[in-house]
Formats: sequence, structure tokens, C-alpha cells
Amino acid sequence: MLIKKRPSWALNHSEVTPESVFRSRRRFMAGLAATAVAGSLLPRFSVAAPAPVQGQSLPFTPMPDFSTDEEKTPFRDVTHYNNFYEFGTGKEDPSRYAGEMVVDPWSVTVEGECDRPGTYSIDDLVKPLDYEERIYRLRCVEAWSMVIPWIGIPLADLIKRFEPNSRAKYVYFETLQDPEHMRGQRSVFSTIDWPYREGLRMDEAMNELSFMAFGLYGKALPKQNGAPMRLVVPWKYGFKSIKSIVRIRFQETQPETSWNMIAPQEYGFYSNVNPEVDHPRWSQKRERRLPSSLLSTNWIDTRKFNGYGEQVAHLYKGMDLKKYY
Amino acid sequence: MLRLRMPLFRLLVFAGALLPFALLVMDAFGGRLGPDPGERLTERLGLLAFQCLLVTLFMTPLSRWTGSPVWIRVRRMLGLFAFFYAVLHLLAFLQFVIGWEDLWVAFTKRPYIVFGTIALLLMCPLAITSTRGMMRRLGRSWKPLHRLIYPALVFAWLHFLWQARSDVGEMMAYAVIAIVLLVVRVYWFGWRTLVPLRRA
Repeated sequence: MLIKKRPSWALNHSEVTPESVFRSRRRFMAGLAATAVAGSLLPRFSVAAPAPVQGQSLPFTPMPDFSTDEEKTPFRDVTHYNNFYEFGTGKEDPSRYAGEMVVDPWSVTVEGECDRPGTYSIDDLVKPLDYEERIYRLRCVEAWSMVIPWIGIPLADLIKRFEPNSRAKYVYFETLQDPEHMRGQRSVFSTIDWPYREGLRMDEAMNELSFMAFGLYGKALPKQNGAPMRLVVPWKYGFKSIKSIVRIRFQETQPETSWNMIAPQEYGFYSNVNPEVDHPRWSQKRERRLPSSLLSTNWIDTRKFNGYGEQVAHLYKGMDLKKYY
Repeated sequence: MLRLRMPLFRLLVFAGALLPFALLVMDAFGGRLGPDPGERLTERLGLLAFQCLLVTLFMTPLSRWTGSPVWIRVRRMLGLFAFFYAVLHLLAFLQFVIGWEDLWVAFTKRPYIVFGTIALLLMCPLAITSTRGMMRRLGRSWKPLHRLIYPALVFAWLHFLWQARSDVGEMMAYAVIAIVLLVVRVYWFGWRTLVPLRRA
């Protein structure tokens, strides 16, 4: 008898969108496409993904194959419990102060080992693509976790458009640096050498799970969550999912990453979720799934690669994950 | 006149020191501690304990500056509040943050926890010997023993500093306050009066 192991992210059949609904959406999309063709006869008309605008909804296609059916962390908690040290180190500082950040207009500089470097406006980046919704787990290195419905595009689709060359072994990301509007960057006692930096190995970046988010809960990303665009790499600790990206660079050498620069013995370049490797300050064996309450702390066991091993474990074959933490 | 005012003053200080606790309980029951209330509760209790320690250490300079002994009479109460908040902080940490697991590892391998534990352990004999009877019994040893509050303060501060991940501004502000409180003592009484367990 063939026993097929259900992938961890798989949904029950009861949750599958009925065919009629699916087809009606298909028809709708086909209609849109027809409009687009007609529209293309007119000068400069597009129906593809619109650039995110603060507070506005984004059109998207749900991706059940890339979504967990665990209970989602409420919108209020996702947007009021953040680590975004550009606005302060308190969990509520980002929701309080991120409003000062200017996200419109926004452009991203693409550089390094690729054939299409340049400065892209956010419209340029999203226009040829369609938004997907993926419900991912987010595991913070501080031993708490959330379940968040992100709206965005596969990172691989975005990267392919820049045509990285064969020397592109790593991709580097950088957050906006704007001390005038980011009060955390003005602090003289900060140990972070701004701007905030992150990076992935090229095969990690091209993995099907890697996602560039432009929204959450169906709307444009709130500023405190990294508007207008942020990385989401769900099998790594949250700090790898860099926010408010202004620079993407393809490079041959492993990039410097902010937390690794501050405390290399605590934060490795890879920082894959791994209950077997403890952080010096927190055990990583368990996590508090938020929201937690005083009556039930909501402890759950942390899973290796945050439960996404099926998709990503092969990336680290033969690597000693205790050494490359 | 002082006799009439003293009970009221003590009551006010008592209420003032308990007020943050009342607010914390109200926030907890009102669901205003956010999505990770255990962590927040633990943090706030720890900070309260540290702030109470600093306020306790303010009493001696205050009495000297104002020339009034009332401050010294509430010092013990404030010190006990620091201990009270520190104990609650430890219990909250065990219950909500590490969940009573891996205790040996947590308390031996993680420096910030070790420092916090030392600070609390140093405060234990002070709390135990805070009664009038113990004061009488210890006599001349009482004061040197209670100078353990200075290393307790230093360890508590290190406990905080070790957790500050990217911005140590707040901890530097506390450091300035703590240093001023220690330096005025050295200025007035000589550095020997800061050394615990030794009769000057």
C-alpha cells in the first residue's frame, strides 16, 4: 500500500475552494485578461498588480498550497507587536512611530551581478506580476510566533526579471535609511550600524517559499510591518525577513548581515529555525504562539525549519547546521 | 508635628509604590498587555523592581539635602517593595517566559539570568533582616550587611544591559542615576561605606 505523507502545509479537502467558485474566478480572470488585451490597444493601460497604497486593499489569488490552516494571528496583534528597531526597540514603538516614514514614492536600487541593474519604482516591480496570498508561520528568534496572511509575489519571479548572472551567488537586501523619519536611527546608543542589512544564498532566494510581501490581511503592508515591500522567508527566524527594502544587490561573496555583525556568536548568516540549536539567551525548543494569554501561555514545540523542511531541507544537505546556525 | 504627619506620609509612599502594581493588574485584566502579556508583565515587574531599588537609594541623599529624617523612615518599605517586585518578576519569568523548563540550563548558562538571580539572592538577606528585631539582633553588623544593596543594584543593571539588544540608551540613563547615587555617598561618607559586609 502506498502511504503518501501529507505535506505539513496541506489543507483538508473540506477547505478546498469548490470548483464552481474556482471556475468563476477563472472566468473573471479571463475577462480581465481580455480587457487587458483590449486595453493594450490604448496607450499605457495595465490591469496587473497595482502598487500598494497605505490602507488600501490589494487584489490577490489565495494559494492554499502555500498556506497553513493554523489559526491566524489577529490583524491587531500582527500590526501592534513588531520588531522594527528603526522606530525603537519596544514592541509597540513601530506602530506608534512608523507613520513618520515616507513610503510614497518608493524606489528600489538593483545592482551587482545582474544584467538588468537600475532603479525601479514600486510600480515597475509589481506591474507584470499578480499578487498571491500565502499564510505563513513567522517564528521570531525571541521564541514567539505568529501566523500571517501575506500578500505578495514569489521572490524568484522578481529576481528573474533582473537577470542575475552566473557570479550571483548571494543576494543582499537593505532597509531604508532615513534618520529624519526613523527615530531609532537617530539614537546615539544604537549598536546597529544602519542601514539594516540582510542576505540570502541565491538558491535560498530562488526557493519556492521565498516571498516578497507588499501586503497582509488583504491590504497594503502597514508601515510598521515593513511597507511598501519586505522579504518573507518563513523557515528562518523573523529578523531575516527584512523590511522596507530599498536596495537589492547580487554578489559573489556572502553579504554582511546586521545581527551577525553585532553578535556573530548569537546570530548566524543562515539563522534557520532550529530547535536543536539554542540561542545564548533563549531556548529555541518551544515558542509562544501569539496571541498568548496569562491563563494559557500557548506554548507549542518549535519545528525544524519552522515546519517547512519538506521545501527547504535539501538546501542544507551535508551542512552541519550546528556550525552554520 | 512630625508625629502627626508621619503615618500619612508613610501611607502615601506605600500607596505610591503599590500604584504601579495596581495599574499592572488592571492592564492584565483589561487585556491591555498586548498579544504576549506574560512577557510584558515580566518586563514591567523587573523594571519596577529596579526602579524601586533606585528610589530606595535616593532616600539617604534626600534626607541629607532636605535635612528631614522622614525619608529614612520610608526607606525600608521601599526596599521591601523592590524585593516584592523582584520576586514577582522571577515568578512571572518562570511561569510565562520559560515555562518552568530547562531551569538548570537557564540559570547557569544564560548570563543575563545569572546576573538577575544574583541580584535577587543579594536582596534576600536584606528582606529577611529588615525587621526591627533582626536589626537589634544584628546590631553593628546590620549596616554592613545592608550595603549588599549596592552590588544588587549593579547586578540588576547588568541584567538589564545584557538584554538590551540594539539600543542601550535607556540603560545608560539608569546608569547615570545609579552612578550619581553612589558618587554622592562616596563624597559624603567615603568609599569604604559602599563596601558590604565590612564594618567601617
